[in-house]
Amino acid sequence: MLQKERHVLVIYPHPDDESFGSAGTIATYVEMGVPITYACLTLGEMGRNLGNPPFANRETLPQIRKQELLDACDAMGLTDLRMMGLRDKTIEFEDPEKLVKMMADLIDELTPSLVITFHPTLAVHPDHNATGVAVLEAVQRMPSDERPVVYVKAFDNDTVKLIGKPHVVHHVAGAADKKIAALRAHASQTIWMLPDMEKRWAANDQEALEWLHTEAFYIHTFE
Amino acid sequence: MQTVEVNHLQELLDSFATKDVYIHLETTNGSYASHFQEGFFNAGAFIRNIVIRYELGKVTGDSPHRVGLKMPSGWIYAQGITHYTLDEHNRLLMAGLGPDGKLAVALEISETPFAY
Repeated sequence: MLQKERHVLVIYPHPDDESFGSAGTIATYVEMGVPITYACLTLGEMGRNLGNPPFANRETLPQIRKQELLDACDAMGLTDLRMMGLRDKTIEFEDPEKLVKMMADLIDELTPSLVITFHPTLAVHPDHNATGVAVLEAVQRMPSDERPVVYVKAFDNDTVKLIGKPHVVHHVAGAADKKIAALRAHASQTIWMLPDMEKRWAANDQEALEWLHTEAFYIHTFE
Repeated sequence: MQTVEVNHLQELLDSFATKDVYIHLETTNGSYASHFQEGFFNAGAFIRNIVIRYELGKVTGDSPHRVGLKMPSGWIYAQGITHYTLDEHNRLLMAGLGPDGKLAVALEISETPFAY
């Protein structure tokens, strides 16, 4: 059972980040009637999966991934999607103040009670970490009594060794169908892994089912 | 994109020679390479919308091909090119796709700027 929230703001850099790590959580909040916004910073322009034979090229991929993102949001029931117009794989090189302002403007407008983003150092992809850094800095600068709670996703191979087990585990088995539909919507990114996952789910593979049915987050502690 | 047909690609490279053109050049192993394979040395490079003028462009070798552009005082080349297309905006898009369908290298030439 997820806690009721006033508004949830999800901030990730790539179309599909929301579906891999948080689709069950997003779909469950939608079912609970919690207002939820997803700010997706890029269109995954630098994605490597073009197929062979190719279904896309470097210049057509962004439009394909944009449509996949819209379809995934439909699958999760999410209606407030913000596409923020940055370029894939450049987040860490952006002006940090521009990023902090982007995050602060979203938070000011939406006054979320909960923000979900990536861990600032343990989220593997440089765009992930840079997104987490900007979001945490924006929230850090707020008066302490106005700050939303911030959940961060971490999946570096050393995560548990470095920061222990996740603080929050959402049990979202009830939203599994929507999560699978969202993952399927991101076909350009998931067509290589989903058939294998589907086999494992069908075979009651516990690790695969846990990945589908639970979503784990760390709660960031502000100074 | 289709697999490289050397004579046709050579004609297209010739058609952009001695013109000011925008270049996209990229090599990549993917951002997750050292996550999935510990110790993997992940290297790559990316430039986009750099304007150059080349005097000689050449595609050579068996697939995967190499494509080189000779400029008055410099060079650009890409190796591993497998596919190409001239898109509806008259941009020459070349890419090296592995058997797994993942892009490893891209070289693109256009008389108009690429989107951001």
